Amino acid sequence: MSELLGLENLRKVFPVRAAAGEPAGELVAVDDVSFTLPPGGSLAVVGESGSGKTTVARMVAGLETPTSGRITLDGEPREAARAGRGARKARARQIQMVFQDPYTSLDAKQTIEAAIEELLRAHFDWDADRRRERVAQLLAQVGLDKRQGGARPRALSGGQRQRAAIARALALEPRLLILDEAVAALDVSVQAQIINLLADLRAETGVAYLFISHDLGVVRQISDDCVVMHRGRVVEAGRTTTVLDDPQDPYTRRLLSAVPRPGWVPRRRATSGASA
Amino acid sequence: MTAVTSTPVTAAPSSRLRRWRKVDPVLILSVLWCALTVLVAVAAPLLAPYDPSQTDILAAAQGPSAQHWFGTDAVGRDIFSRVLYGARLSLLGPALVVVIATTAGTTLAIAAVWFGGWFDRVLTRVLDIAFAFPPLLLAVLSVVLFGPGLTAPVVALAVAYTPYIARVVRSAALRERHLPYIESCTLAGLSGPRICVRHILPNVLPLVRAQAVTSLGSSLLDLGAISFVGLGIQPPNAEWGLMVSDGRTALLNGSPQESLAAGFMIIITVVAFNMLGERLAERAEVRA
Ligand SMILES: Nc1ncnc2c1ncn2[C@@H]1O[C@H](COP(=O)(O)OP(=O)(O)OP(=O)(O)O)[C@@H](O)[C@H]1O
Ligand SMILES: [Mg+2]
Repeated sequence: MSELLGLENLRKVFPVRAAAGEPAGELVAVDDVSFTLPPGGSLAVVGESGSGKTTVARMVAGLETPTSGRITLDGEPREAARAGRGARKARARQIQMVFQDPYTSLDAKQTIEAAIEELLRAHFDWDADRRRERVAQLLAQVGLDKRQGGARPRALSGGQRQRAAIARALALEPRLLILDEAVAALDVSVQAQIINLLADLRAETGVAYLFISHDLGVVRQISDDCVVMHRGRVVEAGRTTTVLDDPQDPYTRRLLSAVPRPGWVPRRRATSGASA
Repeated sequence: MTAVTSTPVTAAPSSRLRRWRKVDPVLILSVLWCALTVLVAVAAPLLAPYDPSQTDILAAAQGPSAQHWFGTDAVGRDIFSRVLYGARLSLLGPALVVVIATTAGTTLAIAAVWFGGWFDRVLTRVLDIAFAFPPLLLAVLSVVLFGPGLTAPVVALAVAYTPYIARVVRSAALRERHLPYIESCTLAGLSGPRICVRHILPNVLPLVRAQAVTSLGSSLLDLGAISFVGLGIQPPNAEWGLMVSDGRTALLNGSPQESLAAGFMIIITVVAFNMLGERLAERAEVRA
């Protein structure tokens, strides 16, 4: 199987400042994590809060430097973060990221169109007409209309902002899109829309997803493969359906038992007739 | 989907309503007064009934009359005309101070936040030290070195005000620096200068504006004080701080118009700038 992204024995140790009663020390956020992701694939990293998912995502994006281990793209090691203008732009076209909070991941002073156009201008030698066309195309792809494209983030709902963030991330046609809890801040109905959108976009563009989530229901819908993390380590990995339907590791089982499944009735709604 | 798209539509009228309900007389008066003084400074030749430097020994030290609304000074110049013309130098000084200090302070602050590390630590230290020098003391020293006039106090105050602006802007820029939208710009391959100028700067600009307006008020007061003690603008120029000083003899002789009129202009203008700056700061906070 060909490989787009490869992680080999990735490790991240944060120095911890001395707190009240506790000496300064080290925190191993990510410990010996390895996995691969094929081109156009979709891999989910799941685990409870603090298990190191975001740290993995940030290292892959290049926002954090691994303490040790290797990250490869197409078999080539990722170049160092500060390596001149050409390298910086080349890196940008490889990997893009959509953040959890759509309220802080877009510049409040910039319209959606301007934000996308800025990236196109920085990366491609296109004339204004061509850029405008591409902006319109991207907005249409994520389901935003002309008025929403001309609006600032403040005038948009959370779901619309996340659509805008996705359009912006896809503007550079990256090989890999990292989504760190990208739907966690949204209402369930909006969440479903964005997940469908992501599935469509992957089919259309062939972009690969590294999908970070603690929501196993969402993971099941979006990912082919899945990696379960616990305290910085991978405890289980494989096809998503296999891992979620037949978990081998006790931690994965515990994680699964905490998630509502089909047929599960929220307790509050079940008793609402009596209490109302 | 309908519920989602209708959100901004329903939000617009309610926020407009809220703004209407919050009509703020202090703010309106401040804006009007600031606009008025600027207008007076620009249009002084059209508005002033007399040449501000035209002396008339025969009409010296007169009280208010139909010809001279505020009376005349010790050498017979029309005080009203001098107050109007005085707006020019009295506002020019603070404007220069604020333009220099705001540009320098904002640039330093954003650069410090962007580069971080030792650059930020050194700058923060230097600013802490600069805070220890009172602006007026710095101005006096500068005048000793460069001689009286407009330049020396303006340069000194610009230097003294830079740390104030830099400190406020730095903390705001630091907040922005670690928001995901800046990281997403980095990931998109945008250059550091571009991110600073096109993204961080616009987002801290409301605060910069508030800080600049407040500084206009305080530097007007500081420059007025420097002129009053004779180290700033020199006679026979018309400037409010200088006029307060010029009118002292008349004041002791029972005709306080010159000192009063000029002093009144200083105080009201300073208060107006302060009020306006405060309101702008509140708005910048609300937005952040
Ligand atoms: N910059 C940092 N400095 C110090 N410790 C950090 C830093 N970033 C993360 N950590 C620590 O590393 C551990 C893993 O954090 P991480 O954010 O990767 O978890 P996560 O799985 O994404 O959790 P969540 O689901 O809550 O987002 C946590 O204990 C966290 O406190
Ligand atoms: Mg996280």
